Amino acid sequence: MSAVLSFGNVSVGFATPNGAPSAPAVNGVSLEVTRGEIFGIIGESGSGKSTLANAVMGLLPGSAAVTGSIRVNGRAVLGLGDDDLRGMRGNEVAMIFQDASASLDPTWPVGDQIAETLRAHREISRRDAQARAIALMTEVGIADAASRYSDVPHRFSGGMRQRVVIAAALANDPQLLIADEPTSALDVTIQAQVLQLIDALRRRHGTTVLLITHDVGVVSQLCDRVGVMYGGKLLEVGATRNLLARPTHPYTRALLAANPADARRGTRLPVVPAEWSVESLREAELLRDSPSLAGAANE
Amino acid sequence: MSDLLQVDNLSKTFATGRGLPWNRRRVAAVDNVSLSVQRGRTLGLVGESGSGKSTLGRCILGLAKPDRGQISFDGVEVQALSGRALADFRRRVQPVFQDPYGSLDPRWPVGRSVRESLDCFRIGTPAERDRRVLDLFARVGLNPALADRLPTHLSGGQRQRVGIAAALASSPELIIADEPVSALDMSVQAQILNLFLDLQQDLGLALIFITHDLGVVKHVSDNVAVMFRGSIVETGDTERIMSHPRHLYTRTLLAAVPRPR
Repeated sequence: MSAVLSFGNVSVGFATPNGAPSAPAVNGVSLEVTRGEIFGIIGESGSGKSTLANAVMGLLPGSAAVTGSIRVNGRAVLGLGDDDLRGMRGNEVAMIFQDASASLDPTWPVGDQIAETLRAHREISRRDAQARAIALMTEVGIADAASRYSDVPHRFSGGMRQRVVIAAALANDPQLLIADEPTSALDVTIQAQVLQLIDALRRRHGTTVLLITHDVGVVSQLCDRVGVMYGGKLLEVGATRNLLARPTHPYTRALLAANPADARRGTRLPVVPAEWSVESLREAELLRDSPSLAGAANE
Repeated sequence: MSDLLQVDNLSKTFATGRGLPWNRRRVAAVDNVSLSVQRGRTLGLVGESGSGKSTLGRCILGLAKPDRGQISFDGVEVQALSGRALADFRRRVQPVFQDPYGSLDPRWPVGRSVRESLDCFRIGTPAERDRRVLDLFARVGLNPALADRLPTHLSGGQRQRVGIAAALASSPELIIADEPVSALDMSVQAQILNLFLDLQQDLGLALIFITHDLGVVKHVSDNVAVMFRGSIVETGDTERIMSHPRHLYTRTLLAAVPRPR
């Protein structure tokens, strides 16, 4: 079993406006994602899960300093030039985001946007690219794809737009698909369809998937293995079923216990202890850093 | 037990499309809906986007004017109210929204936003109000030292607590909470859900909890009403609906919840 994606002691820090380095957003993450698996990374806001995913694609802003090694199919991606990165993105590795409409040009027919992804990476005639785009749209479950080819994004519902983005992501048959909260903005019935689609595509094409989410339910349904992130660190990794049934880290245990779906009705939910709580971490900082407007309250 | 809130055959339509006003098509966001909420109980109003659940909440709050139907609160017809009686209704029924950013003035310290509700309803003497703001902060589990900070400096969970404190300021009997925990991280969501449970136990509040999240609904509600395209397709005891859904849409909705393979 070979690793499609491997992180070796990856850390990401951001320069702050006053020049002092911030606390690391990602802190010493090592991980190997195996070919053909769906690997979930679960964490709350600020845990560093999206920063980790963006680091693979070279999407971090200039203020970010990445150390360690990230390899895709054995090739180091940190330090790749713009041309090499462009060759990789949308070709070897594709990425989809929560807000599909942000990935699409609102004024362009969706079919052309999928065809463009093809033409950017290979010699293919306009007509062939068009035919392939229609085939891709059909594959991701867009009914009557040929007639919808020329529709602009706002003619599609949120779930359908996410399908269009998935079609574009799959255009060049990538080996790795990074999905950052792909269903978080969708209704639960639509979410179920998109999750099924991602699973079906993985089976059909053998695509490896790195799924970033905050949703335990999504992970439990879709992922073979899962890693839990908190404060930039990867706390634990395991087979999904084992990890959800027998979490070893106290944070994971607390997080899973806080899920109302599994609790008895009307009972108080166990709360994540203060030392692991996203909120209490911030309160001390906030009281220190934010200006007090005492007196202004009574004006 | 008498119902605190009773809604009968409520409809609300909106005009859509282009053209002259009288040529526009009207779409029923809420279509002939009836429901009731008892004192101290929680009704979970669940549905997907566009199902009309928020519009229904806004109609009850008086933020949208229904086309047809009756709303009565504590035995009194709400739409006929005006003046002091209307102000009293507003004091007794308060909203909590998904993002309190929208209801907090970005240039005001959050304590002032909570105090405004006391000023508005003339609760206590002006001197007592300062004290009451700090009591409310303590009540919702906020550090009173945060009262003089701006909303932007607070985290999402803290802002939601401020929103709840502002709603509680007027000692309401019914709170209509529209997706109050949907934007929050799970560890924070658990804290806010616990807060709602505590408040209900201590103050005997009735709640309408509007959400798309079936896990949350199942946890907080005594009764559930499932909305689909403007209508309530099924309503009843939470346990019954979760274990034996009758309507096809309720079944589809429950089946779509992700679960372990």
